[in-house]
Amino acid sequence: MDAVLEIDGLRKTYRSRKGTRRALDGFDMTVAAGQVHGFLGPNGSGKTTTLRTLLGLIRPNGGRMALFGQEVPRHLPSVAGQVGAIVESPQFFANFTAQDTLSLLADAGGLRRERVIAVLELVGLRDRAKERVRTYSLGMKQRLAVASALLKEPKLLILDEPANGLDPGGIREMRTLMRNLAESGMTVLLSSHILGEIQLICDQVTIISAGRRVATGSVADVLAQHASSAVKVRLEPGIDLLGTAAILKANGADVTLEADHFVVSNAGNPAQITRILAEREIYVSELSPVAADLESVFLELTGTAPVEGQNRQVDQVTAPASGGWGQ
Amino acid sequence: MSLYKAETRRLVKRRFTKLFVVCGLLVLAAVAAGVFLSNQKVSPETVAQAKAEAQAAYQQSVEDTNRALQECQAAQGTAKANDYPPKCDITPPQQADFDPQWYMPASFDFRSKFPSMVSTLAAVLALVAFIIGASFVGAEWSSGGMMNLLLWRPRRMQVLGTKLAVLLAGTTVLTVVLDAIWTAGFYAIAMAHGSTAKMTSGAWQSIALMEARALALVLVAGALGFGLASIGRHTAMALGVAIGVIVVLQFGVGAVLGLANVKFPELYLAPFWIIAWMNKQYVAENYQTCDFSPTGGCQPDTLTITWQMAGAAMVLLFVLVVGGAMWTMRKRDIT
Repeated sequence: MDAVLEIDGLRKTYRSRKGTRRALDGFDMTVAAGQVHGFLGPNGSGKTTTLRTLLGLIRPNGGRMALFGQEVPRHLPSVAGQVGAIVESPQFFANFTAQDTLSLLADAGGLRRERVIAVLELVGLRDRAKERVRTYSLGMKQRLAVASALLKEPKLLILDEPANGLDPGGIREMRTLMRNLAESGMTVLLSSHILGEIQLICDQVTIISAGRRVATGSVADVLAQHASSAVKVRLEPGIDLLGTAAILKANGADVTLEADHFVVSNAGNPAQITRILAEREIYVSELSPVAADLESVFLELTGTAPVEGQNRQVDQVTAPASGGWGQ
Repeated sequence: MSLYKAETRRLVKRRFTKLFVVCGLLVLAAVAAGVFLSNQKVSPETVAQAKAEAQAAYQQSVEDTNRALQECQAAQGTAKANDYPPKCDITPPQQADFDPQWYMPASFDFRSKFPSMVSTLAAVLALVAFIIGASFVGAEWSSGGMMNLLLWRPRRMQVLGTKLAVLLAGTTVLTVVLDAIWTAGFYAIAMAHGSTAKMTSGAWQSIALMEARALALVLVAGALGFGLASIGRHTAMALGVAIGVIVVLQFGVGAVLGLANVKFPELYLAPFWIIAWMNKQYVAENYQTCDFSPTGGCQPDTLTITWQMAGAAMVLLFVLVVGGAMWTMRKRDIT
């Protein structure tokens, strides 16, 4: 499939009196045509900087970017008509109505005004179109932002946290909208913190941390590559769960007791569990891997999992754990 | 062209634009009404009445002088004599001291008084243009509208340049229309409550040139508001600079220059440059010096600020501020 968006080695450094901060440190990303591509990263990891740089709002210090095969920002004016975007929170002039806001954008882009009504209908704002944006809730502003991005019927839709402020029904509508747009051939780049949503609707994901790409691929591939080494152990009825757990702990296993089973979270080699227990004539009735979800993979890859007793700071990442017991 | 059209719609649709244009119109209407109500047409009756009042005042003065002379003569040789001039040397009033002109009601002479009305119009419109210019781009920056627009039109210079062009075009239309109405209105006031005498083609040409200078002043004020708000990316930046210039530079510098006995403090104060621009020149006088001439005696030293000097200063300010706005638009990240 052709790449709609390519980013190679993107660098951006912010300089201030307090020093320099690398917001992007050789970041790479590729989005193929027709995909719904999830773009994930913790706060301050460089997501919005990447999107702003791609859209010509920020000048990069190095690297290469291309949209539809054309280098940007040099050729941005010629491809901008094919890109609809909302970046960060929706911001509009509060005293204009939604219809005025969109019709001014339509005028600026040389579009037909009929498109305004169509996109307002699409995002569910038709009946509130003639009210001032000042009176809108955050969710309604978000819908308006999506409408403004869809106004020019883009081939690439870039949405930064589109579900912000939406009610559960709105989130589901947004998910359906993304799917429908992708099915109609539109490529969608979706930045979000709602990992469940990403897992549900994205074909591919790119995860960024501290300005670098830490994972990319299909959601299934990313989960498989970073599968948890945890296994669930269930014993035959009547076996002492506590005593068995103590045996494994004595052998270096990290064991968490549950009501009728226990979990060994660092089982790099699950066979070690069966060997140790079998030597003591204890037999397991179930030994199954604990499936990783996108959230745990995200926390592991970005090093942002909460640590008990610590207040993690925005730019603070911890090195992901490597290896496992029994290997 | 579509961007120009969209920005024109945006400028006209803004409540702030409408509000300040209406405020400006109300101020101008109040000025015109004040002039209309405080002036009268000169008629043979008003001339006769002024002559009668002048004569009555002269007679009253003669009577007062005679009474004072009699009282003085009666007081001679008493202690009260010290209250009067020596030898009762009291000069009787002259008829010429009571010019009937001084007893005439105010009358609006178009030729002599309309130029100051053009300056009033220019001052009000310059203020309106400055505020609207600052708000037009400042609100766009602070509301995020500029970023939205740049996602549609990723040509920064074209976007800012078009906005400025729309502002200047709108300001030009407003000023030219109001200039015409202002001129016609005061001509009508002069016909009803004053005089339109001596309005030669040269006089009309002079008024037309003054109105052209007023237009330039209004445009520069609008561009300065726009440029400052764009540099600061907020309307408050332009308004803050304006207040700072007035309070700190004008009042503060004025006081300091006065204390320092600077020869021509007007040289450092903006209002005198604006007066020079509108009235073609401003002559500053230093009364602490004496240029002696055999015919005129002791004359103060003078410095003339010409309209060319004032125009050059306005161009310089325009280039610095608008150039600065363009440069920052080109170079700075939009976050």
